[in-house]
Amino acid sequence: MGKKIIELKNIYKRYGDFTAIDGINLYFNEGEFLTLLGPSGCGKTTTLRVIGGFEQPDEGDVMFDGVRINDVPAHKRMLNTVFQKYALFTHLTVGQNIAFGPSIKKINPEQIQKDVKKYLKIVNLEGYEDRDISTLSGGQQQRVAIARALINKPKVLLLDEPLGALDLKLRKDMQDELKTMHKDLGITFIYVTHDQEEALTLSDTIVVMNNGKIQQIGTPVDIYNEPNNAFVAYFIGESNIISSTMVRDKVVRIDGVEFECVDKGFGQEMQVDVVVRPEDVILVSPDKSNLKGIVTLITFKGVHYEIWVEGPSFEWKVHSTMPKNIGDELGITVDPYNIHVMHHDPLNIPLEVPPADMGVPI
Amino acid sequence: MSKRRFSFPYLLWMGIFIVVPLFLVIFYAFTENSSGKIMFTLDHIKAIFEPVYLKVIGRSLYMSLIATVVCFILGYPAAMILASKDFAKKTTMLILIVLPMWMNFLLRTYSWLSLLENEGLINRFLEWMGAGQVQLMYNNFAVVLGMVYNFLPFMILPIYSVLVKIDKNVIEAAKDLGANSYKVFGKVIFPLSVPGVISGITMTFMPALSTFVISRLLSGGKITLIGNIIEQQFTVTGDWGLGSALSLLLMVLIFVSMIFINKYGDESVGAGGLL
Repeated sequence: MGKKIIELKNIYKRYGDFTAIDGINLYFNEGEFLTLLGPSGCGKTTTLRVIGGFEQPDEGDVMFDGVRINDVPAHKRMLNTVFQKYALFTHLTVGQNIAFGPSIKKINPEQIQKDVKKYLKIVNLEGYEDRDISTLSGGQQQRVAIARALINKPKVLLLDEPLGALDLKLRKDMQDELKTMHKDLGITFIYVTHDQEEALTLSDTIVVMNNGKIQQIGTPVDIYNEPNNAFVAYFIGESNIISSTMVRDKVVRIDGVEFECVDKGFGQEMQVDVVVRPEDVILVSPDKSNLKGIVTLITFKGVHYEIWVEGPSFEWKVHSTMPKNIGDELGITVDPYNIHVMHHDPLNIPLEVPPADMGVPI
Repeated sequence: MSKRRFSFPYLLWMGIFIVVPLFLVIFYAFTENSSGKIMFTLDHIKAIFEPVYLKVIGRSLYMSLIATVVCFILGYPAAMILASKDFAKKTTMLILIVLPMWMNFLLRTYSWLSLLENEGLINRFLEWMGAGQVQLMYNNFAVVLGMVYNFLPFMILPIYSVLVKIDKNVIEAAKDLGANSYKVFGKVIFPLSVPGVISGITMTFMPALSTFVISRLLSGGKITLIGNIIEQQFTVTGDWGLGSALSLLLMVLIFVSMIFINKYGDESVGAGGLL
């Protein structure tokens, strides 16, 4: 990874009583694919708009290549944006849309035509120059929007939920294409999404946000395997978040039963949150574990079965390739390194409960 | 079948109030009643090419064109201000623009008399200021003023309704691609508003071209427009043939100018803006 290209220093943005960005410090490395991930209203889009120059922060500095750019208007910033709803110019053709940026910079028309062709090729839309925007599908429109931004050779490309309006299949294809483009072009991508799977697939670095604050910064693997707090665990992937007690170093009491774990330094008899991923829960025969539960629901999910097991005080979500029967009594075990102990988070994390409709009983 | 049944009242309406009168106009324009016999004739059509009528037609075109241009110059910025998001008094302004339209057209135009007359409010004020009387009525200025006053809302509203629908993201995208405020307007906002401008021009130019009330009241009958001539043929002279022929000419003029405006509008959209 290269040097810092953009840095946000202590950014605050408020709308009346609502704090959209609550003191963010963050930097972006050159050539990085960084994703701002969080639920709607978490401040991720506002953060992107502050970088793009469409919103002024109430406090804090936006630095670009070491220079403060708070007062630089959007049209003079060295970055380009791909908007959520494409925001194409419907009165222009595909070619004219892509040529918009260069034509404003008074680049000679021959060069522009050459560039338009080049970027149409990059986004797989060769020969579409003279088409009307209204004749394109959603996926094609998004490609035009990407080409329109890339032709300006920005140092940083901002993408605001660019695939949100596409159907699942198309979204997957476009994810692959974005990833390839990022690799080939070598410029910084700052990507905003609420789709955790998309973030895990695409990013070098993920920034998880909630309530205008950064919850965790890390690689997809770190974020998934070592969530900082219950919110991150809840938001990324599926998880059992269990209010538990740290008995002493390397021993935690979950659902009334003591488990061996690898965490230490939390003190003795301290309230903690424990995260166990559903795929890390191992179902064994009842005599092989002190923690016993009854199967209450089982749903086929394709790759695996989702099984809900009612323990003494907690309803466990388990992913297993082996089907079970409703009413079966089972033992629950978890390997020590799959138990993630975190400081208790007073944030109100909604408890996951089994779905109300019964699915297909097996 | 049921769709057809539902469209019947509209077809009846259009037949009675649009098609039949149109045929009557054509009928009167091309026939004459010589001692009880109805004969085909081109006399009325020939008559409208007499210099006296051509001059009136020219004047009508000229004045309605000026009124339309003034409406556009005043109306476009007004529509932009109304459409801007941070304009707090939007509703009040919209009501103020629409309110005069709820009043009778004649009444509205008469009210200008009491303002513009030699003994009217404006002149009394000027006298009180010591500036003396100014001739405000009985001239082209007064007629154009009347047209602009009456038809300005018809310019503002269509442009406004197009401008408010322009996606804020599109404007941000233009800025993002390096366009300053002038270029955002010239390359994005104005081209996208062209359909509104076209219907605004249509809705001001057409009534301005055919009006006879405004010119009669505000010029005191001194300035004759094509609308006045047509009205006179029917109500004073009783020459329905000539009146109908002139009406036909007016329709042709409007039709041609609409084709012209629409074609020009389409081209400007295709080429990426007028500026």
